[in-house]
Amino acid sequence: MSKIIELKNVNKWFDKFQALKDVSLEVNQQEKIVICGPSGSGKSTLIRCINRLEEHQDGQIVVDGTEISENTKDIEKIRAEVGMVFQQFNLFPHLSILDNCTLAPIWVKKMPKKQAEEIAIQNLERVQIADQAQKFPGQLSGGQQQRSAIARALCMEPKIMLFDEPTSALDPEMIKEVLDSMVDLAKGGMTMIVVTHEMGFAKEVADNMIFMDEGRIVEKAKTKDFFDNPKSERTKLFLSQIL
Amino acid sequence: MKSFLIKPTKEKLTTFVSLGGFLIFLGFIDVLANTFLELNITSFFPEKLSFFMPLILGVLGLHFIRIEFSGNKTLDKINTNFNSNNFNAILTLLVIFTLIKYVPPLLNWFIFDANFAGNTKEDCTGGGACWVFIKVWLNRFVYGMYPDTEQWRINTSFLILFLLVGASFFVPTKYKKYLLMFLLFVYPIIGLKLISGGEFGLKYVETGAWGGLSLTFIVSAFALILCFPVGMFLALGRRSNLPAIRYSSIGFIELWRGVPLITVLFMSAVMFPMFLPDGTYVDKLIRVLIAITLFEAAYMAEVIRGGLQALPKGQYEAAKSLGMGYWKMHFLIILPQALKLVIPGIANTFLALVKDTPLIFVVGLLELAGMVNLAKTNPKWLGMAMEGYVFAGLVFWVICYAMSRYSQNLERKLSTER
Repeated sequence: MSKIIELKNVNKWFDKFQALKDVSLEVNQQEKIVICGPSGSGKSTLIRCINRLEEHQDGQIVVDGTEISENTKDIEKIRAEVGMVFQQFNLFPHLSILDNCTLAPIWVKKMPKKQAEEIAIQNLERVQIADQAQKFPGQLSGGQQQRSAIARALCMEPKIMLFDEPTSALDPEMIKEVLDSMVDLAKGGMTMIVVTHEMGFAKEVADNMIFMDEGRIVEKAKTKDFFDNPKSERTKLFLSQIL
Repeated sequence: MKSFLIKPTKEKLTTFVSLGGFLIFLGFIDVLANTFLELNITSFFPEKLSFFMPLILGVLGLHFIRIEFSGNKTLDKINTNFNSNNFNAILTLLVIFTLIKYVPPLLNWFIFDANFAGNTKEDCTGGGACWVFIKVWLNRFVYGMYPDTEQWRINTSFLILFLLVGASFFVPTKYKKYLLMFLLFVYPIIGLKLISGGEFGLKYVETGAWGGLSLTFIVSAFALILCFPVGMFLALGRRSNLPAIRYSSIGFIELWRGVPLITVLFMSAVMFPMFLPDGTYVDKLIRVLIAITLFEAAYMAEVIRGGLQALPKGQYEAAKSLGMGYWKMHFLIILPQALKLVIPGIANTFLALVKDTPLIFVVGLLELAGMVNLAKTNPKWLGMAMEGYVFAGLVFWVICYAMSRYSQNLERKLSTER
């Protein structure tokens, strides 16, 4: 399997506060990684650096052979290949679900409208809300909105999907439907990096687990080893509190 | 009140309501007699008491009919809405009495004593308004000094506009954007050429002769259409990451917001030509249009910026994460939402703009209010200021009210809330 994302000694500061400290990470194609850790540990910042929603000040990030730099064209190219799902869904409230899904393919990838709509319907079916396509985001439940957001990201036919705490803003009953969609996506062979506290989901799909604390990667291990036999004391403490 | 007045009770409902009703009736009789028959039926009281008699009678009456849960729906409605306590009872009576006292004279002036027939000031013999003045001058109020024989050109261009706008309601959505493009970019040129003439065998009419309501429309329409995009780019500029663009936008906005429009118009007439090379001449209407446009654009920019700031950061991030660049993100995601949020503010600015147009009199252009001002100084029509200004005010009110209703309509139509 070949590398698709590579981070080398990445450092990131918010003013004086250092959010990422010497983070290095390699992600292979089709690999599923789950990142966990206490809040403020830099999990979100890490994945937001991968599509440049945050700038890193030091180190190197290479995504699918392109290094992230000041170059706007490169960044837009990478963003078109990297799908992202947010904690707060961030659907576009002035557009119907279908238009949410077709907008970027039509305007960014210059896809004909008809083809974009076909792909959108396929993806909406995949997350099982094709029947809501004509509705507006405000008319849907949180779980439905988050699944629409997943479909919207998939419509760009990304090589990598980033999930930033996708279930943290949902009612407990709706978490399952979103996780089901994500499991389905993982089984389809997508490269995924997921920030989440859903350990059941992690055990089911993750190849590797990462535990972060205070801006560092404290532990990276195969999922089974991570849960059964964590090496660092900090990880043990964290796991004992959330499991 | 409780201590020395009987409290009305539900048991004796009929008695109290008839007593209260009678007292209120007396109060009204007093006011009506006073207004229409000029008769003071309570003159046997001392002067002060007589003046307040209707109010005293009315409040007493309203006190007697104030019976909670009386079982009578109408009575309960009156009590909860107009008569919930003594203070509200007084307010209710004052409002009604004031209306009785002042609306009829107003109506008399407007309609019943007004003069409609005739062609000269001497035909106005009644005591009311002399609408003959408006009738005789209507042509000037609408077309200004535009030659009578050429007025069909103004009519035609406005007719085309109405037809185009009317058609926009019927054409399929697919072609709507072409129609809009035509309306915004092609039609203004056709309209202006038609009105100014000088080509295609049309007689040239200089802008100094334009005027009246048609000029109000022309100036408003052009300023509206132009100030919107300028304001939009200024708003984006003020939020730009590039310091040069940001500071020049801030400078521009603060400069124009800091000076009165009338000063700007004076400058457009006096100072602007000094910056031009000798021999070049820019029509004063165009100078005025540029001045008003830039002035209102500064306000528009701040209104739109308010909308941009109201959008959550997540919308920007979602757009970026889908690979959209700056312009796509703003035109597809950010502006449609921001503009929708600030429709009331935009409508506000537009209304202010329309009502600012009379100020162009300072450069010698006379739109509706300006023409009225001119007409009232005509020796044959002295003393008609009231009629003229009331007419101009009404016309402006109708225009602005229509715009306000349209904006509310638009708000409802674009709403995608639950």
